[in-house]
Amino acid sequence: MPIQIIIEKCTGCTLCVKACPFDAIRVTDQPGGRKAVIDLNKCNLCGACVPNCKFKAILLEKPQAQIKTDFKDHKGVWVFAEQKKGKVQSVAFELLGKARELAKALDTDVSAVLLGENLEEEIQELIWRGADKVYVVEKRELANFQDEPYTKVLVELIKKYKPEVLLCGATSIGRSLISRVAVNIKVGLTADCTGLDIDPQRKILLQTRPAFGGNIMATIISPNYRPQMATVRHKVFPESVSDMKRKGKIIREDINPDALANRCRLLDIVDEIESTVNLSEADIIVSGGRGMGGPENFKILEELAKVMNAAVGASRAAVDAGWMPYSHQVGQTGRTVSPKVYIACGISGQIQHLVGMQSSKIIVAINKDPDAPIFKVATYGIVADLFEIVPALTKRFKEILK
Amino acid sequence: MNIIVCIKQVPETTEVRINPETNTLIREGVKSIVNPFDAYAIEEGVRLKEKYGGKTTVITMGPPQADAVLREAVSMGIDEGILISDRAFAGSDTWATSYTLSAAIRKIGAFDLIICGKQASDGDTAQVGPGISAHLDIPQVTYVKKIEDIKDNLARVERMTEEGYEIIEIPLPALITVVKEINNPRLPSLKGMMRAKSAKIAHYKASDIEAKEDCLGLNGSPTQVVKIFTPAPRIGGQILKGDTPEIVEKLAKELKPEIH
Repeated sequence: MPIQIIIEKCTGCTLCVKACPFDAIRVTDQPGGRKAVIDLNKCNLCGACVPNCKFKAILLEKPQAQIKTDFKDHKGVWVFAEQKKGKVQSVAFELLGKARELAKALDTDVSAVLLGENLEEEIQELIWRGADKVYVVEKRELANFQDEPYTKVLVELIKKYKPEVLLCGATSIGRSLISRVAVNIKVGLTADCTGLDIDPQRKILLQTRPAFGGNIMATIISPNYRPQMATVRHKVFPESVSDMKRKGKIIREDINPDALANRCRLLDIVDEIESTVNLSEADIIVSGGRGMGGPENFKILEELAKVMNAAVGASRAAVDAGWMPYSHQVGQTGRTVSPKVYIACGISGQIQHLVGMQSSKIIVAINKDPDAPIFKVATYGIVADLFEIVPALTKRFKEILK
Repeated sequence: MNIIVCIKQVPETTEVRINPETNTLIREGVKSIVNPFDAYAIEEGVRLKEKYGGKTTVITMGPPQADAVLREAVSMGIDEGILISDRAFAGSDTWATSYTLSAAIRKIGAFDLIICGKQASDGDTAQVGPGISAHLDIPQVTYVKKIEDIKDNLARVERMTEEGYEIIEIPLPALITVVKEINNPRLPSLKGMMRAKSAKIAHYKASDIEAKEDCLGLNGSPTQVVKIFTPAPRIGGQILKGDTPEIVEKLAKELKPEIH
């Protein structure tokens, strides 16, 4: 039995019942009094109950299979530098900043990995932004992201150079690519991290991420495998500053042509420019919900967005009504965003919407209904008619941002 | 065409609330549902069968009570359900989960297309779909918002990106993960519900899928959860009061430093 209650120690206090995220523990009457019972069909062996038990009455056997514990041959913190159309994406600069902190704690260096074609200027920028080394593979087949060749090339580089940690943006590219890489080399991977630290004693990566739509946070480790890999949510860490005095080493890899084989064929890349700024990149998002009343009214949000250099978002209600395309949807079934400013106009704030935007730095809510749940999370709440406030705000920003 | 749809049973996230006194999750009466993203995968499987013919199979890995989500898929039009359930799978992370599902798929045999939702609403990792295709060494396209056409064992699909979408041609057998835009899932028909009630759900245990023991459950999982905690809930700030010009002035002053 991998988990058990030590009956003699259990007092039936129910602390473990509350700690269990899987609803797997009940306190029942037993011959020795009220005791906790774990339903093994529900238990996921996550261990959340163990530290919550004040009486040390829960025993969880962690896996004994210590396949390998000596990782002296694995060194360095790597950042996968995602590029699109030859431009390194800003998430890579955010990761480089964090990678430098981790590398310092591990007493090692930082490398960027860049795959693509004609990337000369980008290599230099990665060094200025904090990479001590840049591994570059330039091939026509790698010009645009494709799951198979990118996976194989990255796997070859990891096997050859043995990094200790590998970070990648939790983007549509990163989440597809790194999941495949992790399976191929059998290592752990933690998705969508919002916190990364080094355990000072064990010198391992502590990866913290939200789960259950942000209702709980989990810290995850992968101590017996290298590299320790994580995808990291965009806009959580600040970009590293470019320092043109920084020097670095460029390592150009010639890759085995087999690694470039691709069963899929990319036929076309279509950019939909419905708004000036893309949602996941935006520092400011102006978002509309059911209170917008109709598709024509999104124009006032677009005007405000234009003045503030913001992107336009929408709640599920507005998208399902056909007022805005799905690509603008923020929330559980849409995109998760964390801009500096999120202005919610006529959005009531259903939990499914909140999980997609509640990590924004500042939330402004404009809604006529003073009881709308959005006000519970808003930094600034405005109980008023959005059709009055939004145009006035546009006008005011036009004046002060001249 | 043989289609396999992979689904997960999840708690209904909207009902997961935090008790402000104990700062723990309130789980009393939380319902278990089909992962919302998987409803699109089920619907797409059913539609492809309607268009191209063949057979649809839905699989899930989970506790015995996950039988319910398989029946729900059958009520929407899926032909068969398989429950992959064994104590040996407990504690699986995304590596071990995708390994187990891929072993079960091998056991099922020939298939043309595997469809998964883009991610599960409880874990939110989006790692299991690509993990399955890596274990099976088949091509994949993630975040599919439209299947344009399937002809001569080639599917042409649209993959959603941050900026728009890509059009990709992928040879079958393959795996895709799908997003909400791909379809509107149907409600179960009365006939479907009747069929679901009496449908025979196959049950695969660890010994049935010829899995390597050290790749299953906790032992097969490279990652370990060391701490679970509830984040401090975001607390609302101030309500800006006054007439429109006053409110706008206050707000503009607060937001100006954030605008570049």
